[in-house]
Amino acid sequence: MTEYLAVLIFIFAGIGIVLFTFLFSRIFRPRNPYREKNINYECAENPIGTSWIQFNNRFYIFALIFVIFDVEVVFLFPWAVAFGQLGLFALVEMVVFILILFFGIFYAWRRGALKWV
Amino acid sequence: MNFAPVIAVGELQPVFAWLYGLLQSIGLEGTLLTVVMYAGLGGTVFGVLCVLALFLVWWERKIAGHIQQRFGPMRNGWHGWYQTLADAVKLLQKEDVLVDTRDRPVFFWAPVIGFVAAFAAYVVMPFGKGLIVADLNIGILYIMAVTTFTVISLLMAGWGSNNKYALLGGMRSAAQVVSYEVPMVVSILTVILYTGSLSMVDIVESQSGLFFNWFIFRIPFGPIAFITYITAATAEANRTPFDIPEAEQELVAGFNVEYSGMKFAMFFLAEFINMFTVSAIAVTLFLGGWQGLSFLPSWLWFLGKTLMVVLLLMLFRWTYPRLRVDQLMEFAWKILVPITFANLIIAGWFKWAGWYW
Repeated sequence: MTEYLAVLIFIFAGIGIVLFTFLFSRIFRPRNPYREKNINYECAENPIGTSWIQFNNRFYIFALIFVIFDVEVVFLFPWAVAFGQLGLFALVEMVVFILILFFGIFYAWRRGALKWV
Repeated sequence: MNFAPVIAVGELQPVFAWLYGLLQSIGLEGTLLTVVMYAGLGGTVFGVLCVLALFLVWWERKIAGHIQQRFGPMRNGWHGWYQTLADAVKLLQKEDVLVDTRDRPVFFWAPVIGFVAAFAAYVVMPFGKGLIVADLNIGILYIMAVTTFTVISLLMAGWGSNNKYALLGGMRSAAQVVSYEVPMVVSILTVILYTGSLSMVDIVESQSGLFFNWFIFRIPFGPIAFITYITAATAEANRTPFDIPEAEQELVAGFNVEYSGMKFAMFFLAEFINMFTVSAIAVTLFLGGWQGLSFLPSWLWFLGKTLMVVLLLMLFRWTYPRLRVDQLMEFAWKILVPITFANLIIAGWFKWAGWYW
């Protein structure tokens, strides 16, 4: 488990480095905020309303398809590592599994879910 | 629990042994010694990455210039070699313009998470023979898992800025990165099928010998996996022809419109680190990693090969036009995903039949 300590230390070191840089640049940078400067950039127009609005649900559909395939990949990782000992049965089984999922993506394709309008 | 320290072996082993002895002589031991060693390694890796990023930015500008028949940066030093350093110093002095309507914590932590996601991948990066911070047995899976956090950082930046361009850029980049994640991981699995191990060191060791043992030369599935990987990796690194998230002409800069000063610099740094990461993974998995002829040290082979892959990505950027959003998504799901899965099954068939060397 010693190696995994490195992961933890790298994550905290990364956070530390960034926060240190932010603090360090505070010494050098000017600070002169005023209302006009702090308005959202919208090509010199005054923005109308907030941007936290409803947006197209195609993002949601793509996220769903991604989750399906990502879970499949989680199954594929141990399969790939152990494939040397498993032989033909594992190969056929995985082909069937992938085909079932591809039936799903084909269905989504036919229904137009993959179309980015 | 007492963590025993791990010392790297290989060409730089004497240096590590000397540092280790030095730390022991000032009374450090056990877990504390390990923590200090890893923190030191983290600092070293950060330094190397900063130098690399400074070089890559300069290199990209020079390549862009020469492709477009101009010179690129020329003023600061020989062919502008310290131009990026000057830019970094300039960014350090820039005011941190903060939007009043932003979501404060989300806006603040987005660059931090983006940088950490790019930086933490280097725990398992085999820079040379034995030159690896920690050889985790889940190596490549760990890299995939950690670098995916980039998506969260882009989404946070887009949402936290409360800017319409930034939100669009963040959402688009999330859709793009998750779509290209699938073909990328499946291309990697083709390699895992043959190495039977996720550890980066094992993957490199399994390609030892001359260059025809590299995975890219395992015809027919090796080259296909390499091409699909490079395509998906270009999209993962948000680079042209897949740079929809920050399309300058339509979204001004995408998710980082509202960022300035050091916060912007962190996004920029993370972007170039990510580019180096995907190239280094390509080298490790397909091009034999640090393996090479013995007249050069192994880390030089790794660096040289990786810079060649980076050069390839840069040439992509300056020669291909940008894809439209609909083309981009349809390319991922309708072409790339079926090809990679078919390739995986073919590779499995060849492995089972024993048709490989």
